[in-house]
Amino acid sequence: MSHLTTAPLELGRLVTRVSAPGRGGIACFLGVVRDQQGGRAVARLDYSAYEPMAEAECERIVTEARGRWNAEVALEHRLGRLEIGEAAVAIAAAAAHRDAAFAACRYAIEQVKQRVPIWKREEYVDGGVEWVNPQAVGRPDGPTAGVPEPATQTEWGV
Amino acid sequence: MSVSTAATVSVRVLLFASYAEVVGRQSLELSLPAPATVGALIRRLRELPGGAGLPERPLVAVNHAHARPDSPLSERDEIAILPPLAGG
Repeated sequence: MSHLTTAPLELGRLVTRVSAPGRGGIACFLGVVRDQQGGRAVARLDYSAYEPMAEAECERIVTEARGRWNAEVALEHRLGRLEIGEAAVAIAAAAAHRDAAFAACRYAIEQVKQRVPIWKREEYVDGGVEWVNPQAVGRPDGPTAGVPEPATQTEWGV
Repeated sequence: MSVSTAATVSVRVLLFASYAEVVGRQSLELSLPAPATVGALIRRLRELPGGAGLPERPLVAVNHAHARPDSPLSERDEIAILPPLAGG
């Protein structure tokens, strides 16, 4: 199952994929493109990935959620050019009950952010273009330009 | 391997996003003295033209899995140098 696509994401398809008679709770998350970043108006953005590893990491996340909560997780991340309001990531997590479904869904999105090699290049209304560094956002003492220092983002050997 | 000696380890290095722009290329081949580690590879990369723009401890993946500075490298490994992740 591919977790990466350049086509618009459809949450309903993911819900269908994880639905089963024994799964009474389905939690969903949709991450969409915001119209601003750090006070700057965003025009659109472009996602790129180290695709074979991104696929492998997504699959590992799904497998971990299955083992930990007995939850079935469908997870897709979009690549390429996205406009404001379009979904960048969609997750559906189904389990016997809601607690496990919510937990698995939350786990999946947090792990995507920490582990999956995907990058975001934002184009701003003012004409600027920048690679987004989540570590620098909202951190006045963080690196804001040039090559960022990522060592604190993810623990080595996740 | 008949083409390589036991004294070196040859690997393929991939650069992405901002790092590819900083170094000015998306991939390269490197030979390192054996035994080689991720840390040794990064030190070598930072000596190359444009390489000084890379951080001392970037995120690194070996054969599609996150690695550590002391992770060993083997012949023909695919090493990816990963800028700060921004998925989701």
